[in-house]
Amino acid sequence: MTPPAVPADGAEPASAGPVLDGIREEFLAVDKPERLQLLLEFANELPELPPRLADHPDLLERVDECQSPVFIVLEREGTGVRMHATAPREAPTTRGFASILAQGITGLTPEQVLAIPEDFALTLGLTDSVSPLRLRGMTGMLGRAKRQVRELPAA
Amino acid sequence: MTFALDPSPALTQFAHPERLVTTEWLAEHLGEPGLVVVESDEDVLLYETGHIPGAVKVDWHTELNDPVTRDYLDGAGFAALMSAKGIARDATIVVYGDKNNWWAAYALWVFSLFGHEDVRLLDGGRGKWEAEGRPMTTEIPTPEPAEYPVVERDDTTLRAFKDEVLGRIGQAQLLDIRSPQEYTGERTHMPDYPDEGALRGGHIPTARNVPWARAVAEDGTFKSRDELEAIYLDEIGLRPADDVIAYCRIGERSSHSWFALKYLLGFENVRNYDGSWTEWGNAVRVPIVTGSEPGVVAAR
Repeated sequence: MTPPAVPADGAEPASAGPVLDGIREEFLAVDKPERLQLLLEFANELPELPPRLADHPDLLERVDECQSPVFIVLEREGTGVRMHATAPREAPTTRGFASILAQGITGLTPEQVLAIPEDFALTLGLTDSVSPLRLRGMTGMLGRAKRQVRELPAA
Repeated sequence: MTFALDPSPALTQFAHPERLVTTEWLAEHLGEPGLVVVESDEDVLLYETGHIPGAVKVDWHTELNDPVTRDYLDGAGFAALMSAKGIARDATIVVYGDKNNWWAAYALWVFSLFGHEDVRLLDGGRGKWEAEGRPMTTEIPTPEPAEYPVVERDDTTLRAFKDEVLGRIGQAQLLDIRSPQEYTGERTHMPDYPDEGALRGGHIPTARNVPWARAVAEDGTFKSRDELEAIYLDEIGLRPADDVIAYCRIGERSSHSWFALKYLLGFENVRNYDGSWTEWGNAVRVPIVTGSEPGVVAAR
C-alpha cells in the first residue's frame, strides 16, 4: 500500500516552492518507516525562537488545529517572509511539521507562500503512518501561515 | 501470572490491582525475562525521542488498526504483531504512554480483545516516569520473535457496536467521557483538537457525561478508589453489576474510563464503543440529544 508519489490522476503535484518541493521529494524517495525518521530529523531541526519572540508569546498565533500547543508567526524579511514556530518536545510529529513549513516558507515571497497547495501535508507520503488528525494539524498550520502573510503590512 | 502483583498500597485498594503497576515496581523489574514493556502514544514519533529502556513501541494507528476497514487487526495479524515485538502469550505486558495513558489504555483494551491474560498499565504513564527523572533511552530494542498463537478476537465481551448501543438505549448505562462542550453539541471535537469530521454534535440519548480526566489525579495516576466511587457510583449512580457502555470520539479516551470502571472499581459488564462519536455523529437517523441533559429514549 505504498501511496502514489503523484496524484492518482497522474498529474505532478503543484509546486510548493523549491524548498518544500525538495522536502517532498526527499520523503517520497524513502520507505515509510524512514519517512518517520526523516520527520523526526525535521523535528530536531526546529530552531529555538529568537529571544525577542520567546519573551513575547503574545506575538505568536496558536494553531488551534494542532493537538499540541503550536505557535507560529510570520514576518517580513527583505522582499520575502520568515516563519517562526514553536512546538513542545513531547509532540515531535507536530514539531516536525512546523519545522518543514518554517524551512520551506522562509525566503519565499508572500505570493509564493500563498501559492503553496493547501493539501501539501497530504503529498508527503505520510498518510499511512501519521493519523489524519495530525495531517490536518499541518494543513491548519499552513492555512494560518497564509492568512498571516495576507495580513502582513505592505513592504 | 508470571509476575507477582505490585504490592503498593496505592494499588491494592482497587478491585483488580493486578492490572496496574507503579513506576517503582516497573523500575525494579525492568529487564527481567517474561516482562515486556510496551509504549503506545498518540504521537507516532514520541517513542523515538526517548523511551523506557527495553520498551517496544506499538502504534495504534499503523499497528492496531486495520489499514483498510475501520476495525482492528485480526487474529493472525495480532499474532504476527506480538511475535515481532517479542511478546509471548504468557508474557507479562506493562503498557504506558503519553496523554495520561489514553493510547496505552486503548492498546491494553485491544490486547484484551485477544484475551492476552497478563497486561497491566503503568500508573501515571510516560509523564510520571519522566517527571521522576527515571532512565530513558533512544536505543531501539531488536527483540527475538516470540511464539504467539493465532487467537480470534472476542468482540462481544469488551467491545460494543453502534447497533447494539442503539438497541440498548434506555437499558444500558451509557457513559460519554468527552468534554462537556462535545457532550452538549456545542462542538464536535475536543477542545484544542482539530475537527475529526462529525456532522452532528451532541450525545447518545440517556448518556451521562463524565469527562475521562475526572478519573485522574494531579500527578497523572488514577484517583483513589474512594474518589472514583464518589464520582461513578454516588454522583452518576452506576452499580458494579450494571451493563455499561463507554464512548468518546474514536474510543481512546473511553478506553481509559473503561479501564477505571472495569479494573479499578470491578465493574463486570463494561464495554467500549470504539465507533464512538465519529460514527454516531455521522450515522443516518440515529437519535441524538443536544444540551446538558442526558435526554430520554426517542419515540420511534
